[in-house]
Amino acid sequence: MAANAAHPDLLVRTSEVPTLRPLSRLRELAAAREVLANLVRKEVRVRYKASVLGAGWSMLNPLLYLAVFTLVFQRFLGRGVPNFAVYLLSGLLAWQLFAGSLTAAARSVVDNASLVTKVYFPREILPLAAVGSTLVDFALHGVVLLLFILGTRHDVLGPGLALLPLSFAALLVLATALSLWVAALNVRYRDTQHLLGLVLLVWFWLTPVVYPSGHLYRSLAPHRLFGLPLFHVYLANPMAAVVAGFQRALYGTVYDPTTGAPLLFPVSVGWLAVLNASVLAGALVLLLLAWRTFFHLSGDFGEEL
Amino acid sequence: MGAAITVEGVSKRFRLYRERPSSLKERVLRFRVHAEELWALRDVSFEVPEGVTLGLIGPNGSGKTTLLKIIAGIIRPTSGRVTTRGRIAALLALGAGFHPELTGRENVYLNASILGLSRAETEAVFDDIVGFAELEEFIDNQVKFYSAGMYVRLGFSVAVHVDPAILLVDEVLAVGDLAFQRKCLERIERFQREGRTLIVVTHAPDLVVRVCDEVVLLDRGRVVARGDPREVVRDFRRLMSRTDLAYGWDQGTKEVEIVSSALYRADGTETDIFAPGDEVVIQMDLRANRRVEDPVVSFAIHDDQNQLVFGTNTDWRYGGIPFLEGKVRVQFVLKSLPFVDGRYYVTLGVHSRDSRTVYHLQEHRYSFDVVKGAENPGQVFIPVECRVERL
Repeated sequence: MAANAAHPDLLVRTSEVPTLRPLSRLRELAAAREVLANLVRKEVRVRYKASVLGAGWSMLNPLLYLAVFTLVFQRFLGRGVPNFAVYLLSGLLAWQLFAGSLTAAARSVVDNASLVTKVYFPREILPLAAVGSTLVDFALHGVVLLLFILGTRHDVLGPGLALLPLSFAALLVLATALSLWVAALNVRYRDTQHLLGLVLLVWFWLTPVVYPSGHLYRSLAPHRLFGLPLFHVYLANPMAAVVAGFQRALYGTVYDPTTGAPLLFPVSVGWLAVLNASVLAGALVLLLLAWRTFFHLSGDFGEEL
Repeated sequence: MGAAITVEGVSKRFRLYRERPSSLKERVLRFRVHAEELWALRDVSFEVPEGVTLGLIGPNGSGKTTLLKIIAGIIRPTSGRVTTRGRIAALLALGAGFHPELTGRENVYLNASILGLSRAETEAVFDDIVGFAELEEFIDNQVKFYSAGMYVRLGFSVAVHVDPAILLVDEVLAVGDLAFQRKCLERIERFQREGRTLIVVTHAPDLVVRVCDEVVLLDRGRVVARGDPREVVRDFRRLMSRTDLAYGWDQGTKEVEIVSSALYRADGTETDIFAPGDEVVIQMDLRANRRVEDPVVSFAIHDDQNQLVFGTNTDWRYGGIPFLEGKVRVQFVLKSLPFVDGRYYVTLGVHSRDSRTVYHLQEHRYSFDVVKGAENPGQVFIPVECRVERL
């Protein structure tokens, strides 16, 4: 379905797989922002409907992670990280937005079959609403983190903080791009959502959320893979770059004040900024590709479901 | 100009996969997938001028709903194009696109926004929507607890309150009680006076004649007749009698569907010619698409004058079915056919106990002849056992 620019009320549907014109499609999406807002509200409400704690669950989630990982890493493995809570939560904040968006997006079209098979609206709205509702969680997690930062009088007011908007943008674009992709894929192949869970599990441990990235840097630094420093290969994981950005911005303690060992990647803020900017650029390209795939496939959602 | 809807050479091919891989795992393990092709629509073209009400009729599987979905933009044609002018509200069978987990109120807002209303505009008509649907008491309940009738009432109410230029209605008038059907008809007539464009898909010929300016008859995906409602309905009747001796209307909410049925003599032979006194089985395989409470499965036999000669149901002969879930087979065994001569028509149905919701009704699903033998004079067959004793 394409809106005609000259006659906004004229709708033409043809057999040709339409070419995605990002700007005019964006206008169409903007016109449907009310639907997006309603769907985000719906997602949030459905998630917490009939639950005692309501949105409290969302805040409990990072606290549970914190409790478990503190126990395992700080007590059993004995790898002390000063103010581990702020360290873990700052990386987790980014990761949960990523993983949460993808998980919700994978089910978004299938779960809304009752809408998709009955009414027309730009289908992108569905994975976008999944990302949007995860952003609500993101805000709540942010509050939890902020409470820990204030409660532990953690000093975050460094130059690293400037990384936050950039890393956030890179994260959001990356999550949106992959969300569009898994949402479309899951319509045809319903096990995508299960496979995604496994992929995310592996990906989580390939990303320095729980373990201090500085420790990893120390063990990776001497090694090379295909002539590249292994550390750089590790950073090919875009989420490692994003999480590193978040940690530098919100945790900021690069070296352990007592031992002097690196806790975060011992690189300059500028270096991380370039890294995150390139992730953002790559994510934008990916977004365009994923959007095009989604757009092409979305014409058939009405009959696939 | 002047046409609200233009359909040009629209065809739609569905691929029917016998064993389509629905998982990535299977897709990787099996490379080639065999699909059968089914053309739901073949080169369909017509225009609906602004302000005209078009009726779409045709046998089951003729492509009516597919066409409506293409016009609504829900599915894409395989070839051809559809142009529409103005806001479209579509009411496809069973619900206008509601989310079961949300309340009626939340669904009204969601649905209205999809149809292009802002929050403020929705607020302005909200009370009218709820009032028209007569759901004041239930508007804050989740719609998964709504009955089919309530669902349709709310869907219809939203669709007519969003000020659409084009309204597409599929079969919804078959659901709901008579009072609400009358109300819908009044609203449809008001829409017509206001110069809006409508497409109505229905199985009810009297409705077609009453509300439509023009009718398009579809058969196996092609337009076979178009024009004056009375004439096209006549064509439709002729078509039905040609393709299937006695096929009548097929309607209902399909919450419970008659997926297959059979009419056979108790010895197992499927036939449409019986002798008086034959033991005959009417068998229905039902599938409940959702759990329904207190369903009643029934059949009726009419003669060729369309007079009811007999009918009964599971309430009277079985003591009632408390609920239906999944698949179930119902058999009515007619111990002895009482007819001696003539042609008879069997209607099959599943409905709610209060008869207000028809889940599935297949009118005149079967016809059979009873052939009189010389040994059965008169009007009815009475099973007679004859004893002769020498005293």
